Amino acid sequence: MAEAIKEIPEAPASATPVFERVRRWSKTAWGKWIVRVLFYMLLIVVWQLVFNSGLWQDFILPSPLEVTNSMVTGFQGNFYLQSILASLQRLAIGYAISLVLGLILGLLIGRFNLLKETVGSLVLGLQGLPSICWLPLAVLWFGLNDQAIIFVVVMGALFSITLGVDAGVRNMPPVYLKAARNLGTHGFALYRDVIFPAAFPTIVSGLKQGWSFAWRSLMAGELLYNTVSLGNLLETGRDLLDSAQVVSVMLLIIVIGVVIDSLIFGPLERATRARWGLTG
Amino acid sequence: MFLASILSGVTRVEQVEQRESLKAGIPLKIAGISKTFSGRAGLVDALKPVDVEIKAGEFVCLLGPSGCGKSTLLSIVAGLETPSSGSVFANGEKIQGTGTDRVLLFQEAALFPWLDVRQNVEFGLRQAGVHGKKRAEIAQRFIDMVHLRGFERSYVHQLSGGMRQRVAIARALALDPAVLLMDEPFGALDAFTRDRLHAELETIWEETGKTIVFVTHNVREAVALGDRVLVFAPRPGRVVSEFRIDLPRPRSLEDHHVADKTAEIMAVLRVAIDEGEKEESNG
Repeated sequence: MAEAIKEIPEAPASATPVFERVRRWSKTAWGKWIVRVLFYMLLIVVWQLVFNSGLWQDFILPSPLEVTNSMVTGFQGNFYLQSILASLQRLAIGYAISLVLGLILGLLIGRFNLLKETVGSLVLGLQGLPSICWLPLAVLWFGLNDQAIIFVVVMGALFSITLGVDAGVRNMPPVYLKAARNLGTHGFALYRDVIFPAAFPTIVSGLKQGWSFAWRSLMAGELLYNTVSLGNLLETGRDLLDSAQVVSVMLLIIVIGVVIDSLIFGPLERATRARWGLTG
Repeated sequence: MFLASILSGVTRVEQVEQRESLKAGIPLKIAGISKTFSGRAGLVDALKPVDVEIKAGEFVCLLGPSGCGKSTLLSIVAGLETPSSGSVFANGEKIQGTGTDRVLLFQEAALFPWLDVRQNVEFGLRQAGVHGKKRAEIAQRFIDMVHLRGFERSYVHQLSGGMRQRVAIARALALDPAVLLMDEPFGALDAFTRDRLHAELETIWEETGKTIVFVTHNVREAVALGDRVLVFAPRPGRVVSEFRIDLPRPRSLEDHHVADKTAEIMAVLRVAIDEGEKEESNG
């Protein structure tokens, strides 16, 4: 009787030992990566099979090999690199402007109720407007040039950053302010040494959201404006019926997004959470 | 050469002196302080006019249940809240807002989670414009005083509740205030940690001679620490009686004198609370 009870929990594991071992292994860090790589390989195989089936012509659906070739030629001709740099430059300028304006605006809205009710409501409304809607007005104001595109990028990122800073400042426990005032902090130092750092975890999520809006706005703007840019590479690909180029540039845009996310915002967020002891 | 050696000798003496002597306590005078809030049911007396004189270096406990205005009084003395009437005089001078001669400590320690222990302790010094090396030296002295050597680089979430309060004490002491205002600083700690911190606080108080105003709702705590205990009652917040505790220190809670005093104060407090509730149900 006692022996029978002992054997029961072991039974399922011994029934499928290989399956169980694979399941456990796939939960390790290496295992997760290998599973992921396998998934993408499978995706490419399926893509190749669909291409082979001949359902669509190759200017509509390129093969994985054609996309790879297009990527290689693009980089060999230096054309991709120039476009990437041009787009990243616009992104950097636009984001930097949003960052400065958003921090100032967010701190002010977060600290003063009158501004919250007036400017704050305006920001909330404008946040709902897709930033590419600013392009026609931007073209009238600045002409169809870099400035117009940068303006659209700023409109994309600014309000997310502002609202993030505002939320951070408002959710800050008031006891930090009391403690700081009591320890002799006033004026600008109160913002620099207490309010800003106390709001930082929330600000970081605003910055991250702002960056992703900036990136989307930039691509939308560049599709409509003919210059050296990633968006323009997409347009050119379409004009030349070169679907391989279109797909390769799309992949490039994904990779750049993931790289910026995981090199800048991921570590920033993790470092902040670790320091504050926020888990999850 | 000779002159230089004298000069360096002088500065060394000065440094030693600065290391050794901390500012002693100053007297506080609370004159007719009251606080009225406008609540939903009209004006609420958070604190009826209070007059208290506290001697330099005295350890005074403000005791009472929640809502009796004792924390409000402490905030007013700290300069974080303005009274509806009356004035507070620190060392004979009327206070205007906050000042680093009176530092308030909170129940939740209120350490800055984005700074490590050393940076927290240095915070007030940095605001006062004390420079790098000096700042680190002072911070280290107080980190040692609260027995946290080795934790200088730890962040707040890595510390226990008792350690956080120790950091908060070091952070306050680093500014060398004449008065420590403590708002139920040990209220959230377990009994064992609280007893240890009582002993540490008493030692620091005896060594530095600072004036301490300590708010608590724990009668034993008040009797263990205070030279004097002011008993507050709620609704409206007011002082109902005052006890002088002349028992020798350190006081053990098992000592029957301490136990007797505790029982005596507890009885007064109970009557005051009951009266408050009666008045409330009548009105």
